[in-house]
Amino acid sequence: MTSLLERRLLFVTGKGGVGKTTIAAALGLLAASLGKRALVCEAENRGALSTAYECGPTRFEPLKVSSGLYAMSMDTEASLREYLKLNLRLPTAGRIGPVAHAFDFVATAAPGVREILTVGKLCYEVRERHYDLVIVDAATTGHFIGELAAPVGINELVRVGAVRSQTDWMLEILSDPAQTGVCIVATPEETPVNEALELAGRLEGETGVALAAVIANRVLPELFGRSEEEAFEALAGTAGRRRLTAALAGAQGSRRDAAAVDAVIEAARLATRVRRGGAEHLARLRESVPAHVPLLYLPYLFGRSHGPRAIRQVADTLAEELGQ
Amino acid sequence: MSPPRAHKAAAEDTAEPTGGRLERLMAAKEIIVACGPGGVGKTTTAAALGAEMAARSAGRVLVLTVDPARRLADALGMGGLGNEARQVPPEAFVAAGVRPRGELWAAMLDTAASWDALVRRHAPDPATVSRILANPLYRNITGRFARSHEYIAMERLHELRAEGRYDLLIVDTPPSNDALDFLDAPERMAEFFGSGLLRWLVTPYRSRLLNLASRPFYQVADRILGTQFLQDIAEFFLLFQQMYDGFIRRARGVGQMLRDPATTFMVVTTLEPSPAGEALRLAGELERRHLQLGLLVANKALPHSFEEPDAARVAEELAQHSGELAQAMGEGAARLPAALGDPARLARVLAGVGESFSNFRAVAQREATLLEELAAVHEVAVTVPHLARDVVDLPGLLEVGRHLFAPGTGEPAPPARRPRGARPSEGASSGATGGDGPRRGAPKDA
Repeated sequence: MTSLLERRLLFVTGKGGVGKTTIAAALGLLAASLGKRALVCEAENRGALSTAYECGPTRFEPLKVSSGLYAMSMDTEASLREYLKLNLRLPTAGRIGPVAHAFDFVATAAPGVREILTVGKLCYEVRERHYDLVIVDAATTGHFIGELAAPVGINELVRVGAVRSQTDWMLEILSDPAQTGVCIVATPEETPVNEALELAGRLEGETGVALAAVIANRVLPELFGRSEEEAFEALAGTAGRRRLTAALAGAQGSRRDAAAVDAVIEAARLATRVRRGGAEHLARLRESVPAHVPLLYLPYLFGRSHGPRAIRQVADTLAEELGQ
Repeated sequence: MSPPRAHKAAAEDTAEPTGGRLERLMAAKEIIVACGPGGVGKTTTAAALGAEMAARSAGRVLVLTVDPARRLADALGMGGLGNEARQVPPEAFVAAGVRPRGELWAAMLDTAASWDALVRRHAPDPATVSRILANPLYRNITGRFARSHEYIAMERLHELRAEGRYDLLIVDTPPSNDALDFLDAPERMAEFFGSGLLRWLVTPYRSRLLNLASRPFYQVADRILGTQFLQDIAEFFLLFQQMYDGFIRRARGVGQMLRDPATTFMVVTTLEPSPAGEALRLAGELERRHLQLGLLVANKALPHSFEEPDAARVAEELAQHSGELAQAMGEGAARLPAALGDPARLARVLAGVGESFSNFRAVAQREATLLEELAAVHEVAVTVPHLARDVVDLPGLLEVGRHLFAPGTGEPAPPARRPRGARPSEGASSGATGGDGPRRGAPKDA
């Protein structure tokens, strides 16, 4: 079993809003801190990666974030230009001009063209060994299969031509579990877990790409053990609250508002209830994720959940979870 | 929407100065388009709004949703396949402690079936219909077509409105990479089918070779994709182009529908930096397009009790002096409950309670700052408190709906949850927010 970061190409996907970008960014940071040369690629340019690293706008041309760490945004048109330059030896930008102009149309009309340019660029970076590890902040679960299955689909639809001859080596990289893998991110909630499990079930069959890890993000810490829970229930009762209010007044020498105690107790109740609900979904994940696929846990960040500080924290936790 | 004020109890509800704003808005609208970034609870919010409207006012509400969570779909009777709208049985409301005044209908958007229906409607003859439907590229293209889902959602909405069977249509926009995609969808479709390039592409192969101007592109396209594939595409679009006029007319109609004064947009977000930023961008974009933003919902917000300074002080005390407090609690005259008998265990619990509060307080404060930013953009920022469980059934939806309509929009409903069945419209509404003051950053009363 290849460990996660020993692979060459990692796709990070999940339902919208589960923290894909943060985790992709953290994986890149971790890989770089382990001495690897890592490229993190944002598949849809929304600027989220540049926010995560606070590194300024990312473009198709990789941007050096720190030692060994590079960031880029996918741009299918730029990818097409690069492809044409490399493969068809079209010498000048002038001659590519009309192609670029017509590109949007062709990409819309021809299924999978856009996707194949995205996946093709990523596989190209892997094949050329420009980086030790390419990490993709990929499309959400709903769009992910379509994107990854493009090379397979093109293979079936296009019988001749340059694209056809290109898909073979791409499929070789994508379907090698030692090189390529998918990380599915889920938060402990109903729909994110459902979508993660559904994708996990379809992934290998429809795309030939292996599931490398499932990451449970924003897991709330356990507030109490079992015996403490009983004590908490007693504390939350009328007598318990009254006792606590009185004790507070004694300790401070000032009268404390019973309402403040109520608010604090209710808050703890909400926290335990949310956590308990999440635990059920985590249990579903645990039961359904195949035994050979690592399930990693990342805690809910009460401090800043965005920006370089948060990315660093997530990277540290990932390192622990991966035993690095 | 049919007049909700025909009912006395509902009218009493709207007597609340701020809680009535949403109700007034709803009464004036026929279409509500829910949009926002992914993962914020758009589908749930749209369904909750529909459920609450059906509960409050006489009229037929349809919630058109794209991809609901399975349990939610089952709860609304959308478990089956297809585009057919189904009524949520009134008994389900009654079981949730509510006597609905109106009807709640739910439908799921079936993209494939909707495309087929579109082809049937616009194709000139049955032979063309079967040729298009049988084309191997058809499913592939309509399935992956950039903005295909967005377009078909708007198209279906247009159709439902034309049918005139519903007083209020609430549509949940598809999860999209760009939350604005659906706004451009009709225009893009019109552009696409009217494009000169399309005409060029479907010109017979040989005459194209003679056209010198297009040769460089053609040669390149040929080398990348292969001649056969290009011809396959050309044939498909040749068939599709016969539907051009119908498509253009329809796309224009959809555009008009979105700009209609009876249509309003609901932007849903959570109070986290990236979704909130996306929501602000979306609000600006709606304004730029002269589309009406009727409602901005800040979803899954933490209760504002986390921001109370007194509670924060108590929490700090618990975290810092848990041992002494546990001791002090044991020293009272009356006997402590048995479960609190072990001072060490009690101290751990007190410390945990205090720490947990401080943790969530930090989150709540960040949320409040974001809420301020949202409230600066739009006067209505309804916050729905973080619910301790997933919303997967009608009672859950009605609970969210109650928060949406809670008097004093812009402030969260109370942290303590009221027993199910005690609905605002059943006469228990005005006390819903109890003694809670408005949340910091909450907009002024409308």
